[in-house]
Amino acid sequence: MAEMRTLHVFRGDQSGGEEVAYEVPVESGMVVLDAVHQIQATQAPDLAVRWNCKAARCGSCSAEVNGHPRLMCKTRLDAIEGEIHVRPMKAFPVIRDLVTDVSWNYEKAKQIEPFAPKEPAPFTMYQRDVERSQQFRKCIECFLCQDVCHVLREHSAKEQYFGPRFMIKIAELEMHPMDGADRVPFTSHQAGVGMCNITKCCQEVCPEHIHLTDDAIIPLKERVADREWDPIRALFRKPAVR
Amino acid sequence: MTDGMIERLRYDVVILGAGGAGLRAAIEAARPGVKVAVLSKSLLGKAHTVMAEGGMAVSFGNLDPQDCWQTHFYDTMRGGKFLNHYRMAEIFAKEAPDRVVELEQWGAVFDRTPEGRISQRAFGAHSFRRLAHVGDRTGLELIRTLQYKGIHSGMDIYQEVTATHLFQDGAGRPTGVFAYHRQSGTFCVFEAKAVVIATGGWGRMYKVTSNSWESTGEGAALAMRAGAEMKDMEMVQFHPTGMVWPPGARGLLVTEGVRGEGGILLNSEGERFMLRYDPEKKDLSSRDVVARSIYKEVQAGRGSPHGGAFLDITHRGADFIKRKLPNMYDQYLSLADIDITKQPFEVAPTIHYTMGGISVDPETGATSLEGLFAAGESACGLHGANRLGGNSLTDLLVFGRRVGIGACDYAASRQEWTAPSASQVAEAEAAALAPLDRAEGENPYQLHKDLQELMGEHAAIARNRELAEAGLAKLEALKLRSKRLASPGSRMYNPGWHAVFEVEAMVLLAEAILQGALWREESRGAHWRLDFPDADDQGFGQANSICRLDGDEVKLSTRPVPQMPAELAALFSSGQLPVRQGTDQGGHS
Amino acid sequence: MAQPAGVLAPAPGRKKWEWPWWVSPVGTVSALGLFSIYSVWETLTHSSGQYHNYLSPFFSPDVRSIGIQFLPAIWVVWAPLLFRATCYYYRKAYYRSFFADPLTCARPERPGRSYTGETRLPFVLNNLHRFFFYVTVVVMAFLWYDAVRAFIFPSGFGIGVGSLLMLLNVILLSIYTFSCHAFRHLVGGSLDCFSCARGPILRYSLWKTVSKWNQDHATWAWLSMFSVWGTDLYIRLLISGVLHDVRLF
Repeated sequence: MAEMRTLHVFRGDQSGGEEVAYEVPVESGMVVLDAVHQIQATQAPDLAVRWNCKAARCGSCSAEVNGHPRLMCKTRLDAIEGEIHVRPMKAFPVIRDLVTDVSWNYEKAKQIEPFAPKEPAPFTMYQRDVERSQQFRKCIECFLCQDVCHVLREHSAKEQYFGPRFMIKIAELEMHPMDGADRVPFTSHQAGVGMCNITKCCQEVCPEHIHLTDDAIIPLKERVADREWDPIRALFRKPAVR
Repeated sequence: MTDGMIERLRYDVVILGAGGAGLRAAIEAARPGVKVAVLSKSLLGKAHTVMAEGGMAVSFGNLDPQDCWQTHFYDTMRGGKFLNHYRMAEIFAKEAPDRVVELEQWGAVFDRTPEGRISQRAFGAHSFRRLAHVGDRTGLELIRTLQYKGIHSGMDIYQEVTATHLFQDGAGRPTGVFAYHRQSGTFCVFEAKAVVIATGGWGRMYKVTSNSWESTGEGAALAMRAGAEMKDMEMVQFHPTGMVWPPGARGLLVTEGVRGEGGILLNSEGERFMLRYDPEKKDLSSRDVVARSIYKEVQAGRGSPHGGAFLDITHRGADFIKRKLPNMYDQYLSLADIDITKQPFEVAPTIHYTMGGISVDPETGATSLEGLFAAGESACGLHGANRLGGNSLTDLLVFGRRVGIGACDYAASRQEWTAPSASQVAEAEAAALAPLDRAEGENPYQLHKDLQELMGEHAAIARNRELAEAGLAKLEALKLRSKRLASPGSRMYNPGWHAVFEVEAMVLLAEAILQGALWREESRGAHWRLDFPDADDQGFGQANSICRLDGDEVKLSTRPVPQMPAELAALFSSGQLPVRQGTDQGGHS
Repeated sequence: MAQPAGVLAPAPGRKKWEWPWWVSPVGTVSALGLFSIYSVWETLTHSSGQYHNYLSPFFSPDVRSIGIQFLPAIWVVWAPLLFRATCYYYRKAYYRSFFADPLTCARPERPGRSYTGETRLPFVLNNLHRFFFYVTVVVMAFLWYDAVRAFIFPSGFGIGVGSLLMLLNVILLSIYTFSCHAFRHLVGGSLDCFSCARGPILRYSLWKTVSKWNQDHATWAWLSMFSVWGTDLYIRLLISGVLHDVRLF
């Protein structure tokens, strides 16, 4: 007889809902997403969940497991003691069950000035110069950082702040050795880096272990400070190369 | 214009699929004045392309200056056991460097050589270090680059929209697609002059697969139902190294990059068995050879505890492994509690890629149906009987661009719009709604599972006549059941309902695979017949299988493999590897 | 040959034991609160931090040498205190613990409160962090001078518990100061391309080193705060005669 675990899964939509308990037989090494699939296949075929790769590559299966923003495919059942509660991401409006409306993120993505190469490729770039951008390009856009960011989650300041995901997007472009655009004023104003109070929850939840706060947001704040708070540096700054 | 409540949108080019091929096609097609829609079954940037790990093959010669397009062409044809369309392989090898440089121009950040050029790694059956890569997440780099290029290129991207039907005019030309929004369950008609299928493969019809949820072949099935020709459907690639344990992770890909970076395969006796099977290329032999070798070791009782082989890269040191293969390190640590820097780990073959697919014209990606185009994994021709690692990502770029041009030009040549008729739309709507209305019916998840078991037994790595025949017989029952699929619940984000369309598509494509597997009485590349263990170069090796849907039946016919012109054929007759001549240092980037 | 070890079955999931969520905010509030109260007391109620060749970090540089006798500590401590108050790590600590923005990750706060992050006064002034860094570097020079002096007794070279404390303190303070995010930005973080700068290898390796130290900036922040506190308390107790310095050499 296989061991059974109980999953309490949120079922509902914008008008409300509640957690429903499902019993699932446990296999060795099983992850929460396996359990959700098991429920789908045998008990609730219409249980809505987003997933693609089940290998922590695509960042689709973001949810909150016992209150922790997690990828379901990377959360093992045997790492959870006691009851298992699975709920949709809180920072985004729920569509149905575990599926949320994350379209806001795609709107913000469009507002960031794209990569603007200074010269035609192929580039001569050294590994040491691309390391920082490469770290940020590891992002799988699971939006767990957006979900956990209290600015978006608790204060719903989606008009004032683009959120950690897009801070690293901006940082990736700004630190690209071949990028010629200047997004610092944009970072300070439209993207609202000042709304971040560097409390690092985004860095804690990132499944790709990207140092969002230390390597992207704080360096961006320093770049903003160069422009807006440092008359000495402003005096010596070369005009931007375009 | 609406039919009742159904919205109609009009685009010159409608592209199904937002993976590498679909996005690359859209970027090319979205010229000023050309309206392009991309329909994506999932969210943007989540397509199966993100799972590609090792790299994209391109003959820059940054590390091995002898490399050139001829060598790449040579390797691709040899790897594909000459079942490839030579012209596709030629275009591919010639255009690959420009496409990869273009990606860099759009913001991709590849790993670098000490000289500051794009680094390249060794990979199975490539004669030189050839794969431009970013750690072990090259697919992510590709799709992210195209995604962010795409959103600024003036195309309309419809996320979580699935097409269920292709509308055709009297001459069989596509006039649009019928689609539904997954989130709301509402329907939409996309009217189009040209339709591009870029929906990827159908590996999910197997249980042990490295494929993501999306690889269910609906796009290919749409084309097949519309009458397009499918080619070489029996050619399904087993990647030699997938995860074996724990069960939940079974089939998950272990990148060939592990072997590319020096990993070696061992059997349970600690023997490096690839020295026996391919003394020359050893662990980096082509995928079909390595997969079969592991299979044979397991059959001979020298397998690992869970029926695979051991892969060992510990000798490269922890720092190197974590830098070059970070995802592999993380994947084994988090899912299997295994630290690959300290110990060997188990791997076994897993379904990885479908070489077969919609037959296309090498120049434009046009299918046998006028106005319908295809590219990427859903198309067929480049890889022949076996795809080389790293050739897939480059395939997406080269033929994504070509199909974009092809579809765009075709749309421009069509002056008249032919809109799908109201009755056509009503019919498509009724078909889409039927599973929701069926009170009693088959559970799509169960049927999917049964199909996976059938394919795992009857169209797996080792095949023979009896298995294929029995498989086809069993499939008849599944076909009947697939007409009675039911999905309770509402239309709003109902995965059970979505699964219906996927399972219907896979059942259709499975029949073509089994028919091809039965017909090809030889062993070639990924297709291994126990009753015909040798290649038949003069007979079957000269023919591609062609499948068409005739009523409810899949009909198989054959067509000769296109013959290479003399100057290309000469590359193979000299008995030597074609390499870049002279003192030219090469290196595009 | 034996099978490679450990591949048969994965060990049961690693269950990480976690502190209850309130431990961190309560600890931070207590430590920072007590240190602040102590600092005020030390600064406002003492006119000297000198005990023979030992000088408390609160009183260094010693402004009495230029004739300022009124509360000598107050002329000095503002710099390192503001450096800490605007430090990216301490900001995290006090936003979380004192302002509950957020108290801890993914837990309900009190929604509906107005929140402006670091876009309004007073927190927008945290952007001035770098200037306090510059001043603190000057202070650091004095502290190193003091640390060396702590080994020079009237009888010549010697080692006391106080000398070791002062040395440890200045080492921890240096690591804390030079692992600062503003310094990291200054040495290389502001560059988009190290190879395009003058002295590319130097800039890159400096940045890389500071980045490495920076990863544990929080640890250095706490350790150096306690070392300052401990050193000052030790010297204060020596001055008041409660303790006697132990000479080790």
